[in-house]
Amino acid sequence: MASHNPTPFLESRLDRRTLLRGLGGGAAALAAAPLLAACSGGPAPSDPAVKATSVGSGLSDPVPRSAIQAMVDAFKAKSGATVKTNVMPRAQLVDNISSYLQSNPEDVITWFAGYKMRYYAAKGLLAPVDDVWAQIGGNFSEGLTKASEGEDGKKYFVPNYNYPWGFYYRKSVWQEHGYEIPGTFDAFRALCEQMKKDGLTPIAFADKDGWPAMGTFDYINMRTNGYQFHLDLCAHKESWDQQKVKDVFDNWKALLPYQDKAALGATWQEGARSMTSKKAGMYLIGAFIAQDVTDKEILADLDFFPFPAIAVEGTDAIEAPIDGFVLSKRAGSNKTAKDMLAFFGSGAGQDAYAAKDSSNLQTAKDANTASFSELNKKGAAAIADAKYISQFFDRDALPAMANNVMIPALQGFIKDGTIDTRAIEAQAKSLYAAE
Amino acid sequence: MSVMPQTTLPSAAAASAGVTAPSARPRRVRRLSGRDRLVLGVMVGVPTLIQAVLVWIPTLLSVGLSFTKWNGLDLADIRPAGLSNYTYAVEEYPPFWPALAHNIIWLVFLALVATPIGLLLAVLLDQKIRGTRLYQSVFFTPVMLSMVMVGIIWQLIYARNEGLLNNLLGTAGTPGAVDWFGDSDVNLWAALVATTWRHAGYIMVLYLAGLKGIDPSLREAAALDGANGRQTFFRVILPAMRPINIVIVVITIIEGLRAFDIVYLINKGTNGLELLSVLVIQNLVGAGQVIGVGSALAVILLVISLGPIVYYLVRTFRRAD
Repeated sequence: MASHNPTPFLESRLDRRTLLRGLGGGAAALAAAPLLAACSGGPAPSDPAVKATSVGSGLSDPVPRSAIQAMVDAFKAKSGATVKTNVMPRAQLVDNISSYLQSNPEDVITWFAGYKMRYYAAKGLLAPVDDVWAQIGGNFSEGLTKASEGEDGKKYFVPNYNYPWGFYYRKSVWQEHGYEIPGTFDAFRALCEQMKKDGLTPIAFADKDGWPAMGTFDYINMRTNGYQFHLDLCAHKESWDQQKVKDVFDNWKALLPYQDKAALGATWQEGARSMTSKKAGMYLIGAFIAQDVTDKEILADLDFFPFPAIAVEGTDAIEAPIDGFVLSKRAGSNKTAKDMLAFFGSGAGQDAYAAKDSSNLQTAKDANTASFSELNKKGAAAIADAKYISQFFDRDALPAMANNVMIPALQGFIKDGTIDTRAIEAQAKSLYAAE
Repeated sequence: MSVMPQTTLPSAAAASAGVTAPSARPRRVRRLSGRDRLVLGVMVGVPTLIQAVLVWIPTLLSVGLSFTKWNGLDLADIRPAGLSNYTYAVEEYPPFWPALAHNIIWLVFLALVATPIGLLLAVLLDQKIRGTRLYQSVFFTPVMLSMVMVGIIWQLIYARNEGLLNNLLGTAGTPGAVDWFGDSDVNLWAALVATTWRHAGYIMVLYLAGLKGIDPSLREAAALDGANGRQTFFRVILPAMRPINIVIVVITIIEGLRAFDIVYLINKGTNGLELLSVLVIQNLVGAGQVIGVGSALAVILLVISLGPIVYYLVRTFRRAD
């Protein structure tokens, strides 16, 4: 390819276009014109002059959408690279992730830590990002580092933000009745009993959509049997049909009388409202509850405490799902994509996100936390103090297990307090064997 | 007959072909010019191709996949699984039998309640009452609404605290408020009422069209013979409407089997609202994808659906002969 000669220009341009498209998505084509003017010789796949990459985002709600855009814009301003962004509805990305990753994915994709990441990494659909972690490793706690690893020990994930799950309550209600934060399960049940006497629904609860109850299961399991058992159970390295699992449901049964009876017909937002309107005493939910509270006064009145200790490990484990980014397989050699990931894993990148969406907590240590609300600070401290971070059942377990087995099983349990662990085990066996 | 275009078309085509060539078959074939053959070939071939690509090939692939285990990633990952997906669905998957039972309840309810209401409306509106057009439009409106709209409307009616129904009952906001969508003892019936609201309008329009097509002299003759209104309807009109009746029976069965959207809108078809179609979707699409099991469930639903379809086709073609 003689590129200084003007005659084969067209031909060489076509060639390069094809090549570039394969490299960095359609955005590369836009970058091709200035590149052609500048370069000579055949471009190598990782030509330093090609500063183009792309982001596939499943964060389609207005606030997170603008926040991701802010991150991308900050990277563009910093590096001068071209970044094409493709925003799709969350369900479209999550539900079709396997076909998406196999077809024509963007370079950097918004995704989740946990089994949901490790699974696709093990299937070879994600590119390892250990070289990115060499730059950003110091930015993250041990829990976050561990959560970014695949089964082969390589890193496949760059955290962006996370949000803790805990019992949220209104300070004014608790002051009025003189409630104290319970440290143990017995104290917790006594508190529930007292709330009942005071005419409150002790625990707001909603499970119409099936997934919110998994948060309760995760916590009771971690407090009863420990973090490692929970992870092994989620990965089906432990059987569901054993006494330890039955203990979890026995402990939960003690709470059922205090949880809102109408849970199966209510969405999490309705559950949140029953707590914020002072009908219910507390609500076990994620920090995203703040997104549903529009009244500033109520927001300032919100507080949270960790799930009380039951049997083992005190309150060492916290449920704090991490959202972040993965790199698609074919972008593994795109230096710009990796530069962008490194930027997303830095305080500066995450601050750009948090400036738009303050309901989540930046994960990088050098992120600016000055703008944190009281609630955010408490949440961040709880995560920082935690020895173990779980990701929520539908991220820690096989998605089909969460979706097809746990939702009906938990809804049945909420309805009448019965659970058939033998049936769950039988289904788990079939489903995990299919993978 | 005009309401059954699928069935009348082939016979009409055959009839018109018969007019041009009343007797010898081979000669009729020879009379087709090359151009005719091309046109016929395209007219038959293109729909056949579309049918094959969009219906038959996927169906056969589903049947094939139902005997395998596959994670949906690499074709090389497909492993034979024998009947295990079927035994899983029938023996280990707890929502299966409730779903089947709910489908049967759905079908029986449509057949015994929703469809008769539609017939009743049609017969009533066929009388010369004032404003019959207006009533027809009112009852037909739900059919024109998208299912999402239907879901929203019934959400407004059934909501536990803000809903119309609990407010009319005076139970809204009290512990006695009925959780129409959340209580698994009542939510199926709540969904069935919402479906009836829509289904009855559909049946009404079909039946009304049939009633309009009845030759008025039949009624006059019955009246002259001294039959009362009831006798006229059951002895004369209803038998004369046989083709429509069959269509309505088939539509009712199909609606019973393919029921999906309203329960999916309510709570994604869990907690007392399981239906076979929902289980197929849950297992085949999205986060809970288990291709083998989903395919097996789809095949089970297909086999069940084949019953009424075959019955309908056999009857239709027998009559065409």
